[in-house]
Amino acid sequence: MKLFISCDSLARAVGADDLVEALLGEAERRQVKLDIQRTSSRGLYWLEPLVEIDSEQGRLGFGPIDSADAASLLDALASADCQHPQALGLVEDIPYLKSQQRLLFARAGITRPTSLDDYRANGGFEGLAKAALMPTEQVVTEVLDSGLRGRGGAAFPAGIKWRTVREAQATQKYIVCNADEGDSGTFADRMLMEGDPFLLIEGMLIAGLAVGASMGYIYVRSEYPDAIAALNEAIIIAREAGYLDSTGSGVAFDLEVRVGAGAYICGEETALLESLEGKRGIVRAKPPLPALEGLFGLPTLVHNVLTLASVPIIMARGAQYYRDFGMGRSLGTLPFQLAGNVRQGGLVERAFGLTLRELVEGYGGGTASGRPLKAAQVGGPLGAWVPPEHFDTPLDYEAFAAIGAMLGHGGVVVADHTLNLAGMARFAMQFCAEESCGKCTPCRIGSTRGIEVVDRIIASTDAGEREDHANLLRDLCDTMQYGSLCAMGGMTAYPVASALKHFPADFGLATQEAAQ
Amino acid sequence: MPDELHHLPLIHQVLEHERHKPGALLPILHAIQNGLGYVPDTAVPEIAHALNLSLAEVRGVISFYHDFRTTPPARHTLRLCQAESCRSRGAEALAAQVREQLGVDDHGTTADGALSLRPVYCLGACACSPALELDGKLHARLTPERLRELVAGCMTEVTA
Ligand SMILES: Cc1cc2nc3c(=O)[nH]c(=O)nc-3n(C[C@H](O)[C@H](O)[C@H](O)COP(=O)(O)O)c2cc1C
Ligand code: SF4
Ligand code: FES
Repeated sequence: MKLFISCDSLARAVGADDLVEALLGEAERRQVKLDIQRTSSRGLYWLEPLVEIDSEQGRLGFGPIDSADAASLLDALASADCQHPQALGLVEDIPYLKSQQRLLFARAGITRPTSLDDYRANGGFEGLAKAALMPTEQVVTEVLDSGLRGRGGAAFPAGIKWRTVREAQATQKYIVCNADEGDSGTFADRMLMEGDPFLLIEGMLIAGLAVGASMGYIYVRSEYPDAIAALNEAIIIAREAGYLDSTGSGVAFDLEVRVGAGAYICGEETALLESLEGKRGIVRAKPPLPALEGLFGLPTLVHNVLTLASVPIIMARGAQYYRDFGMGRSLGTLPFQLAGNVRQGGLVERAFGLTLRELVEGYGGGTASGRPLKAAQVGGPLGAWVPPEHFDTPLDYEAFAAIGAMLGHGGVVVADHTLNLAGMARFAMQFCAEESCGKCTPCRIGSTRGIEVVDRIIASTDAGEREDHANLLRDLCDTMQYGSLCAMGGMTAYPVASALKHFPADFGLATQEAAQ
Repeated sequence: MPDELHHLPLIHQVLEHERHKPGALLPILHAIQNGLGYVPDTAVPEIAHALNLSLAEVRGVISFYHDFRTTPPARHTLRLCQAESCRSRGAEALAAQVREQLGVDDHGTTADGALSLRPVYCLGACACSPALELDGKLHARLTPERLRELVAGCMTEVTA
């Protein structure tokens, strides 16, 4: 009997390894031969540990399966109708998955992460093969035409960066993959690196080819040991298979994984470059742009994991295919990440344009606690808290900017009404104070002042005094937003100001209607 | 600390292996910490010499990054996630529970050196918050009972 169980770190954190052990033990007792293949995760995390088995119609799923259920599962699998309380039917037909548009995560849950054969049998390296036959200029044009924008947060058009780096004159250029994924509520980079490392490698190879870079670094946060191991293993396999020195252009390309050291600011691209150079992660002033003077002062293409991983499919299927997904200027798909107090947490890859409500209520199934929904923080710790009255906003970069929020890396943290947003505003300031690189005053000093002011609002027993402190906090947010060098200080204002605006009662302040 | 001198062979081995990498300082610090559990003070002049940096530059980098420690670690390290997704699932109460159970503050270590408690901001486990990492192993869908068990397990083990 052959089963598929994920080796993803989060699947393992909720018991996948224990389950494998229990199943193997039980099979041995029954003298049944059991072959368990460890695949990537489907990203349907609320169903992990998820067990899959081949059937004539496709893979059948069972989940979540506790290791205590090993015996009952084997009984079910041995029976003709495979009945089990945790049976899910055909995995591909689970509505959560069926309605997704998986371009980047097409192989998620299907292939074994470091199997080159699995990767190649499922579309792997098709994009590289096409790119290698094109003039490099055309590769850049395809990326430009696809409408792909950076997935790391700022959503800058990728093709423009590629062109800048391509046209820069230098003896050495670099591709740097930003795999720092420091944003809370996000895990798509982790899933991709752990589950489909060859896809990132392929994307970086195409980028190297197109812009004329011969060296790539993947800067991974230290909190992701499994991603680091998967990438290192995949790089060795790709190198042995000849992918890293014969990319078609005759330019050798090598890749190295570098490990971060627990500093959130090193996700900011210039701080990341400093860190790669072996220095403190202090943000650099721009210009010069990293595209022209990046790592070691040389032209460098810095992209998020998901941006680079989107490139192979664009090459394989063409720019038009990719841009047919999405809306307005937000083209292609984004792997949204549902987290926090949500019943069905997981990865939802969809074209831009579905609403936050469809995501949180449709896919997420509402709060895990069953209590009323209060808000969702979209786009990581520097993202705004969005109240339910804005949940019909389409998930699109511009639409979110229009409501004073941002999509960022696509993480959505759901909160029920027991979460106090004054506490979260304080936390945002505290996080900024701890993680600030210290280069500019509004961020370094402002955040510490912010903590004090929130504390004073919460502690004050006088309504008028609370309003005064709240005004001070609003001013402080403005100062940080407009006076900081980078988005760390600049966007800490988002979670704080949105909490103040939409949830004044949490601060003991009069609601806006009452104040008028 | 003279008893740190016995760390020198490992430090020299790491430097030999890593010093020629471009931007070698972080890989060097990680390798030393992986080998010794921390970056001892004796390593600083060795690193500075090998990379042609000042002592202050090396110390500045060590202190900038949360990961690097300059004293030996406790026998166990519990990193409890305190970021937004886990907070929305009760991480603050879990942190209070551990602090009470151990009688230490965040970043503190129990008197017997068994366990140190460190906050961490996101482990990428947010789809199944709350989460923690104990000695490098990730745990998610944490309940107060499970947390108490994990902590108790670290405290009661027989030490050789
Ligand atoms: C404080 C801060 C943290 C950031 N963290 C990350 C991160 O963890 N991952 C990431 O890809 N981009 C992060 N960014 C964005 C990067 O600076 C940069 O825009 C990105 O790497 C560019 O890649 P892209 O074009 O693919 O988006 C961060 C920015 C700031 C200001
Ligand atoms: S805003 Fe904060 S993190 Fe960004 S450069 Fe200024 S001090 Fe550094
Ligand atoms: S916020 Fe705790 S694991 Fe992401």
